Amino acid sequence: MSLLEAHDLVVSREGRVVVRLERLAVEEGETLAILGPNGAGKTSLLLAFAALRPYAGALRWRGAVVDDPATYRRRLGTVLQRPLLLDRSVRENAGLGLALRGVARPERDERAETELARLGAAHLADRRATALSAGEAQRVSLARALALDPELLLLDEPFAALDAPTREALLGDLAHALAGRGTTTVLVTHDRDEALSLADRIAVLIDGRLRQIDVAEAVFTRPADAEVAAFVGVENVLPAHVVRATDELTLLRIGDVAVEVTAVPPAGDDFPLLCIRPDDVAVAREEARSSSVRNAFRATVTRLEPAGRRVRVTLDCGFPLIAHITRQSARDLTLAEGDRVVASFKATVPHLLPRRRR
Amino acid sequence: MELILDGLREALARIAGLDRDLLDAASASLVVSGGATALAVVTGLPLGTALGLGRFRGRGLLLALANTGMGLPPVAVGLFVAVLIWRSGPFGELAWFCTRQAMVTAQYLLAVPMVIGLTAVAVQSVDPLLPLQLRALGASPLQVAWLVARESRLLLLSAAMAGFGAAISEIGASLMVGCNLKGDTRILTTAIAFETSKGEFGPAFAFAFALVALIFALSALTTWLQQRRRLAT
Repeated sequence: MSLLEAHDLVVSREGRVVVRLERLAVEEGETLAILGPNGAGKTSLLLAFAALRPYAGALRWRGAVVDDPATYRRRLGTVLQRPLLLDRSVRENAGLGLALRGVARPERDERAETELARLGAAHLADRRATALSAGEAQRVSLARALALDPELLLLDEPFAALDAPTREALLGDLAHALAGRGTTTVLVTHDRDEALSLADRIAVLIDGRLRQIDVAEAVFTRPADAEVAAFVGVENVLPAHVVRATDELTLLRIGDVAVEVTAVPPAGDDFPLLCIRPDDVAVAREEARSSSVRNAFRATVTRLEPAGRRVRVTLDCGFPLIAHITRQSARDLTLAEGDRVVASFKATVPHLLPRRRR
Repeated sequence: MELILDGLREALARIAGLDRDLLDAASASLVVSGGATALAVVTGLPLGTALGLGRFRGRGLLLALANTGMGLPPVAVGLFVAVLIWRSGPFGELAWFCTRQAMVTAQYLLAVPMVIGLTAVAVQSVDPLLPLQLRALGASPLQVAWLVARESRLLLLSAAMAGFGAAISEIGASLMVGCNLKGDTRILTTAIAFETSKGEFGPAFAFAFALVALIFALSALTTWLQQRRRLAT
């Protein structure tokens, strides 16, 4: 039995439906990331899960319909985007949820301090919350939720307002804090790295609809449709035509170029979309004389641009193809726009999607 | 100019000599306006908090009424209270006409819209997600209201101070329902008007200085409390 299940859930905001789900289940002990772009309805869904926003349909807690929101909420720990601390000491803030539940001061101080220590904020216990940095305040906010020892932890983009180093440090500490206790967690985020770092499963929410739910790896390697593919970073979504499909390989054409893949085309669809992650595309100056790579194309570099720690290379191989390579590789290859190169990817890499969403 | 200087000299002498009339009027002002403000705070803070945080039908209208109340002319309030407590009025049996109770009632009606309106603004000035977070932590609606009000306590102090300012500085209503009885319902504002009407500028200045000093002392106390809190954070 799932810990929490949503059935035919409809969440509205200012008279407009922002989330509509047939079913979404959160299993005990897992970390489920709800991943989606801004405005997808992620926060509305999380607030409905927390019984903090009205909804139509049913929420079931261990199979029983949630009909007493106040009692239900006391099973949860909820962390919103902003830390929302009171003008009190850090210790008092971390123990606030316990105080509201009537836990006596010595016990709540002890539990608050334990959680602060787990999140690397024990040294802040006597400070006033208003004097904290954004990262410190969010640690206290997380400690406040964890001190409740919740059966379900709901996190609404808790790292969104933090700078990159602070976010990475806090992400690590939270992963460590969660790993030890097996708390079931729902994390709402638009950040793919956060979802990959923390989640066992990922639910992709776009335009208020659940587009895919699967283990994290599968969502990133086998997205369910073109929009999910685009959101999870599959930059190459190319319309293809199936020429021949055997047990071993599928031969496709993209424009005039032949491509071989091991993926099986969607049933009854001779014009699938071919998806390749840019990380899976290799760029070389010359074609390898002998290689197991089935797909290698003469290409022209049409654009080079930095993409974080890597370089985004846009290629023209008779069809547009994007590769992400390391900065070191770009330097070693002395790449420049207009250069002739060889782009390649293995036949096992691409994923085929039906042209139309089903 | 001579008139003013003579008046100032006499005022200083009365203040230095702790003039009996001055002390009576000052204490009456404190009792009446303090009582009206205390009542306005006790009733206005919860109402203002409910208006600021609540979501219910008619809330906008009530807020508009509170805001309108902030600009109520004191003489209109005085007239309204006078009619109510007039011997033949609906509350005539209370025999409050020309008493401090009537003045407290009139000043309360002037102060409470100020407290309600500014309290609503104060509780709305905290992060709008805070009530949601508190509910998520398990707070009841009353606990949410209490914690949010506590977070905006510096602004609530200002709301109370504004209510006191409205009460202690008005004259029209107090004169109409208190009758300016010496040693009883004569407060600083009515005393100033009374002495000025007689051309007695010395006592008028003394009462005015006392009034300004009283308001300044309370404002300074409020400011100190607010700044102490800010420095502590």
